[in-house]
Amino acid sequence: MDSALLIHRIHFAFTASFHYLFPQLTMGLALLIVVLKTIGLRRNDPVYHEAARFWGKIFGINFLLGVVTGIPMEFQFGTNWSHFSRYAGGVIGQTLAMESMFAFFLESALVGLFLFGEKRISPRAHWWAAVAVFAGSWLSGYFIIATDAFMQYPVGYYTAADGSLQLASFWAFLFNPWARWQYAHNMCGAVTTGAFIMTSVGAFYLLSGKFVDHARVFVKIGVVVGFIACVLQIFPTGDQQGKMVTDLQPVTLAAMEGLFQGQPGAPLVIVGQPNEREGKIDNPLEVPSMLSMLTYRRWNANVRGLDAFPREDWPGNIPLLYYSYHIMVGLGTFFIAIMAISALLLWKNKLYSARWMLWLLLLSAPFPYIANTAGWMTAELGRQPWLVYGLMRTADGYSKLVSAGNGMFTLLGFMGIYMVLGILGLFLLWREIEHGPESERPLADLKPAEAL
Amino acid sequence: MASLWFWIVAAMIATYVVLDGFDLGAGAIYLIAAKTNDERRRVLRAIGPVWDGNEVWLIAAGGTLYFAFPRLYASSFSGFYLPLMIVVWLLILRGVGIEFRSHIDHRLWQDFFDVIFSVSSILLAIFFGAALGNVVRGVPLDATGYFFEPLWTSFKLSPHTGILDWYTVLTGVVALVTLVAHGCYYVALKTDGDLGRRARGFALLCWPVQFFLTFSTLVATYFIRPEIMHNYDRYKIGLLIPLMVVVSLALMLWANPKGKEKLAFVASSLYITFMLVGVAFGLYPVVLPARDPQYDLTIYNTAAGLHGLKVGLVWWIFAAVLAIGYFIFVYRMFSGKVQLEEGHP
Repeated sequence: MDSALLIHRIHFAFTASFHYLFPQLTMGLALLIVVLKTIGLRRNDPVYHEAARFWGKIFGINFLLGVVTGIPMEFQFGTNWSHFSRYAGGVIGQTLAMESMFAFFLESALVGLFLFGEKRISPRAHWWAAVAVFAGSWLSGYFIIATDAFMQYPVGYYTAADGSLQLASFWAFLFNPWARWQYAHNMCGAVTTGAFIMTSVGAFYLLSGKFVDHARVFVKIGVVVGFIACVLQIFPTGDQQGKMVTDLQPVTLAAMEGLFQGQPGAPLVIVGQPNEREGKIDNPLEVPSMLSMLTYRRWNANVRGLDAFPREDWPGNIPLLYYSYHIMVGLGTFFIAIMAISALLLWKNKLYSARWMLWLLLLSAPFPYIANTAGWMTAELGRQPWLVYGLMRTADGYSKLVSAGNGMFTLLGFMGIYMVLGILGLFLLWREIEHGPESERPLADLKPAEAL
Repeated sequence: MASLWFWIVAAMIATYVVLDGFDLGAGAIYLIAAKTNDERRRVLRAIGPVWDGNEVWLIAAGGTLYFAFPRLYASSFSGFYLPLMIVVWLLILRGVGIEFRSHIDHRLWQDFFDVIFSVSSILLAIFFGAALGNVVRGVPLDATGYFFEPLWTSFKLSPHTGILDWYTVLTGVVALVTLVAHGCYYVALKTDGDLGRRARGFALLCWPVQFFLTFSTLVATYFIRPEIMHNYDRYKIGLLIPLMVVVSLALMLWANPKGKEKLAFVASSLYITFMLVGVAFGLYPVVLPARDPQYDLTIYNTAAGLHGLKVGLVWWIFAAVLAIGYFIFVYRMFSGKVQLEEGHP
């Protein structure tokens, strides 16, 4: 592979993956905060209001990191992928511009009000501010998914005389059938992250015997919302997404599943290592005929394998794609299991004292991040070797005049800055968690001014 | 249709510079104008609720540019690769500097983020000015419609231009001085006491520099790109623009010592707006001049398809009305002089 191409791919992959650590929690928490505030208003319960305020602080730190790491994303379409932008900008420029015009303005105005304005406005108005923040962040997510959906399954365009893609139908493009399920699937993933983080912090407090009232709220809301999100994650959203890949990107399906030879009654590989040289899975642990059932709803349906497609159309990195997909699915199954058991214990009123389960919930916090990242890697590695599926290859889309040396310079720069951001972010989040949700901390600026 | 989008993008960029300009300027003078922790917190409080929204105008202008002129976006963003990436880094550091400072009540923590915030603000002002200078001067585009500029070459106007040469450094300095003055007027408007007085004093110091630089850039620009005068010759109404620049300069000089803070700030906003409109008017219909004029990027060879532009106009107007609504709401909510007692920055 051309070294400049490789650098530009890693550049985007790294900045996008790091960025998405924040929006997934932003979008998940935005929903959970609305839930907390709604219950707080309905029952007039101060614990719920304090809980919402606590998660607002976490949200604020996380939101800022999402904003600052999001800025580079919009630039990189032009800086690193200029040939792609020239080719497809007439179409995807629409959703990217709409994201800033509709979602970013709304969020920037309302997040400040939501975080700092609670004392200035009525509780009901503050509830509306929380709803607006939720709507803004979820809207933003849709525009990004619609952009990605065009790259996965281009619709609503025509090819202009100069060879570039231009918008033919706004509605067809905006409501791309691919985008619907991908959006639902993605948002369930974000809610899963939010719910697991909330539950994990609650479990941490319960295990350490601090802030017990709030911790119970965190665990209860986290488990209920998390359970629903985890179930929806697999069915129907994940299932439908899988069917879409089967129909529209069959070669991607074959690579994800590690199906080298097409066959009727294809097995579903649970564990195993793809061996590209010999065209098989090493050490396979399989469920016979299951893949045929899942994709075509018939035990003996013929599933096309990689052998049915020309080699140059195979996704470039089959092992990584295969593992990303299997990690995502494996973790998704684990989430359902852990949330179902927690929900059962909650129902039986035993969860708050089941220390082993609380430990498990505490330690599960990182996994939704891994699952969400693996999911996006599945989608984007699976799209390869195409940048716009069937229309433009990735190798044709990068900025030809930006050399590997310049690309690596900025990639290393981003790695350095993001490492610092990550450390600072974790440090500040830990301080908020350690301080806990009870009563207002005397804020730095409420103290008497200290002269320098 | 493409002309309309040219002016929409120009208006968005001008809005960005006027709005984010004051918080960049406030950042640039922050370390010397705000001396005590109390004063620094007041400056941060003055920009705290609005800086993020102001910055969205940059992102929105970029997004709109992408959608309306994809070829321009592709060429300019890849051509200005290094300076844009540095701008992004500075924006990241600056945002973190503003927001993280208040989280820990410790001298060293706050000093650290104060310096990050101020230095990144200064460098951003210079980079934005230099970027505009590059657009006016022209870039080494070729028949493919792409170019790549290193950060600097010989600082002369050779065929191998760099981002920084004497002209673009000059425009960078103009931008810095202009935004420093703009930031001073804003701080003066939003704060009182020693801080407000000091900000007004700095603005007064900036004025002669601003006056001198305005005219020297004008001369330098004429020397570098005489074509910029064509539109002014063709459409005499364009001569109102330099007139308005002079009027707003005079208004600043008059309003500031009299303590008419709002008027001085408005005059500074008008000055910025008309300086930028003057550039856009001179360039039109060119959007990115090439050193070799046959490769100029214009609104005609960079615009997106007509249907996309028409559809875009519908949602853009709708979204812009909403956005302006949010801005009026937020600025009203946080209007008046900053008081430290309520809430935090």
